[in-house]
Amino acid sequence: MPEPTIYDISVPGRKGVTFPEPDVPQTALPEGFIREKLPLPEVSELEVVRHFTHISQNNYAIDLGFYPLGSCTMKYNPKINEAVSRLSGFGATHPLQPIESVQGNLYLMYAVQEMLKEIAGFAGVTLMPAAGAHGELTGTLIISKYHRDRGDHQRTRMLIPDSAHGTNPASSAMLGFDIVPLPSDENGNVDIEALKALCDDKLAGLMLTNPNTLGLFDENVVEVIKLVHESGGLVYGDGANMNALLGVFRPGDIGIDILHFNIHKTFSTPHGGGGPGSGPVAVAEHLVEYLPDPVVGIIEEGDSETAPLYGFIHPTKTIGRVKTFYGHFGILVRAFTYISMLGKEGLRDVAEKAVLNANYLQEKLKGTYTLPYDRHCMHEFVLEGFWKDVPGVHALDIAKRLMDYNFHPPTNYFPLIVHEALMIEPTETEALETLDRFADAMLKIADEARTNPELLHEAPHNTPVRRCDELKAAKDLVFCCYPSDDWSD
Amino acid sequence: MFTPHTKNDVEVMLKTIGVEKVEDLFKEIPKEFRYPDLNLAPRLTEMEAAAELENIASANGTTKDFISFLGAGVYDHYIPAAIDNLLQRGEFYTAYTPYQPEISQGTLQAIFEYQSLICRLTAMDVSNASHYDGATAAAEAVILAYGHFRSKRKKVLLSRAVNPEYRATIRTYMQSDSSLLILGDDIETGIEPDLKKLIAQIDNDTALVLVQYPDFFGRILDYKELIETAHAHGALVAMAVNPTALGLLTPPGELGADIALGEGQPLGIPLSYGGPYLGFFAVKSALLRKIAGRLVGETIDAEGKLAYVLTLTAREQHIRREKASSNICSNQGLLTLAATIYLSILGKHGFKQVANLCYQKAHYAAHQLAGIEGFSLLNEDLPFFHEFVLKSEQPVEQVLDHLLQHDIFGGYDLSKEYPELENCLMLAVTEKMTRENIDYLCDVLEEVDHA
Repeated sequence: MPEPTIYDISVPGRKGVTFPEPDVPQTALPEGFIREKLPLPEVSELEVVRHFTHISQNNYAIDLGFYPLGSCTMKYNPKINEAVSRLSGFGATHPLQPIESVQGNLYLMYAVQEMLKEIAGFAGVTLMPAAGAHGELTGTLIISKYHRDRGDHQRTRMLIPDSAHGTNPASSAMLGFDIVPLPSDENGNVDIEALKALCDDKLAGLMLTNPNTLGLFDENVVEVIKLVHESGGLVYGDGANMNALLGVFRPGDIGIDILHFNIHKTFSTPHGGGGPGSGPVAVAEHLVEYLPDPVVGIIEEGDSETAPLYGFIHPTKTIGRVKTFYGHFGILVRAFTYISMLGKEGLRDVAEKAVLNANYLQEKLKGTYTLPYDRHCMHEFVLEGFWKDVPGVHALDIAKRLMDYNFHPPTNYFPLIVHEALMIEPTETEALETLDRFADAMLKIADEARTNPELLHEAPHNTPVRRCDELKAAKDLVFCCYPSDDWSD
Repeated sequence: MFTPHTKNDVEVMLKTIGVEKVEDLFKEIPKEFRYPDLNLAPRLTEMEAAAELENIASANGTTKDFISFLGAGVYDHYIPAAIDNLLQRGEFYTAYTPYQPEISQGTLQAIFEYQSLICRLTAMDVSNASHYDGATAAAEAVILAYGHFRSKRKKVLLSRAVNPEYRATIRTYMQSDSSLLILGDDIETGIEPDLKKLIAQIDNDTALVLVQYPDFFGRILDYKELIETAHAHGALVAMAVNPTALGLLTPPGELGADIALGEGQPLGIPLSYGGPYLGFFAVKSALLRKIAGRLVGETIDAEGKLAYVLTLTAREQHIRREKASSNICSNQGLLTLAATIYLSILGKHGFKQVANLCYQKAHYAAHQLAGIEGFSLLNEDLPFFHEFVLKSEQPVEQVLDHLLQHDIFGGYDLSKEYPELENCLMLAVTEKMTRENIDYLCDVLEEVDHA
């Protein structure tokens, strides 16, 4: 039986959490502004707890098993992060308190800025963006304003490799850039000749994901950056794949101008069923004054006896603010904790083990599944989920069948440049036995595709629901459950 | 740390891959840039990190140590214990976006219920699965309206009584489009409660009018004429609403708003120094296909069983790339779950109680404060919800300093964003505020006057 909705279990007159009676004299409510009905559910506290516990059990999650969802970096989310982010010293601070009363918060944010600058090789960082795509928007706003401030209004062309995340073209399009897709060469790198033809005084910038979404480090990256810079453009780095580079390589060192981080990928903060993320943006020296306003800084230097006073500084050419307040502070507490516990050795260990795990799995699977670009990969790799001898079986079937083996499927049908893509990112926190079990399941599925393809077509078999009718959802457009009773008071 | 590899594991894996050492896997990275020597503090064990974080947190003064009248869009409400307990289920917080519905029904059902609760609360037809916060939700309303009229209507009107940070965020988002005019929030149009000067600017070139309800100053204004005028000119109306106030007030859908949006933080989300919060966003069904962000819809599975899926994804960036209606990818998943549990566990009775307690206590505070010599209410005759403006004879900074010395965060100094509101202090009162603390505030303020 499906779990009923919260409205289904509502019973008129039932109460959950209640509050004290007012301890002040009563004031009449304003006439003409009071609602007649408040159609919220009426459920006891226990029933609410059971309801949400039950539905939680219909989820797959990292805490339950292997989650090799490519480009999402589903690594272990350390429990200590959850504990410290819930300290009331952090949680019970209002964003508009006087700065003298929140020196702990401001120090922590300042420290995260410094850590991110050091890890990626940049001169300035904003913590304000709420997620990776929001960081991209912030970065492209900076590119746009930089060119406008220089009078380069004709620079409207944004180059985006065909292997890029879908958020890249979407973010640029929001600002009116002309998006020009850039092809990959036969090795999965940016095609240099194609790039050269597009480098002129109309070029605003290039959005580069490196390692790219094929899991490959672009071998042409130094040349790519040189070409873009020579024609006056800026290079934006999509940092979604920073997990492969921690302690190994700093994008800022080769001249990337702007880079966003996905804190919820690289720095172990939970994905939360689709957020909250956090998408800080780092910039090179010449763009520091374009960062969103405000940035955390030291406003009075300290000395051997007194700590410095942390506060807010206001970049002179700022693009403005991109949301309320200063960023997803609660997420930054977790990232600070994680980076503090790793240090430089631990960060390098993350990248090395992430890359080791991915290459190990790639090696185990590449004979059975087609590997379109046969190179060592970085932290993830892309296989074709399709065989010519069993044309009826698709990447989607493989993905669904993996659920029967108790694994979360890889990302499928992305990147678009690989036919029937299966994008696999094991992350560094997985043990050898887990990788072996997953590889065994993948090999067995390849076998089943030939011997019993119905198993794949009908998969999954043991999940809370079977394959869902997505067309029906798009046709019926039911987005709400409706209360059935008369809700007037 | 957190990597399980034994020395033996590494050897087995390297052998399988066919390389001698892990470094060999990084040969494509230009050698001169490989292995930078990072200047970071020595790493900590979990025990040390826990102590360090306790130490940093203890450098803050919190709303538990101080009596806080701070609001301005973010409010200190009581959060029932069951909420965080449920949020800490790994099944919820260590899952990602529910792209695979068969193993994500928990997240999908929670979002479906969130959409339902937001629609019922606002009396709108369709809610998305959230934006980042109130400000970004407001910016998305502008993008929606501008796109709705295919950029042919060039004017967006913002009331000056909309949260200044929302207005700033809108301007940031729209700065690259020099043909769009964002007007209505200048000092000349002002903040008069009759809204006449704002209404006068609505014309056939107006795509959207954005107002706040209750407004930034806590006032409950009558938007009837504004909405009628906007609709008569074919413009859309968006209302930024405080969700707690909707426990009492006529919802935006009934007032005729086309879009209702707002900051969801009051719905069971901790203050947490500004985030993460939640931006809710709901529309009338006419705008259903224009809404950005994720939507969960009801369907059935292969066996005819009720199921939930992400739907209308053809609007989204991972399918449409540069033609997408928005670039949004991750949103505020876990916080929508918090809001869903909050609205469920308070329910109709508890939620109304909270709204009423806020209203009653705020009115008691306003009444008592207005009786102190040297202080008066800015809008004495206007209805308000749980926030109000106190005018002082002294500079606000001085008043706030004095209060801080008595362990009170006195409120929000309006003069910084509103030069016309010199010496004006805005105070918020929630259900957590006791009469005793309000009386204490009054006592301390009486001293200011005598000083």
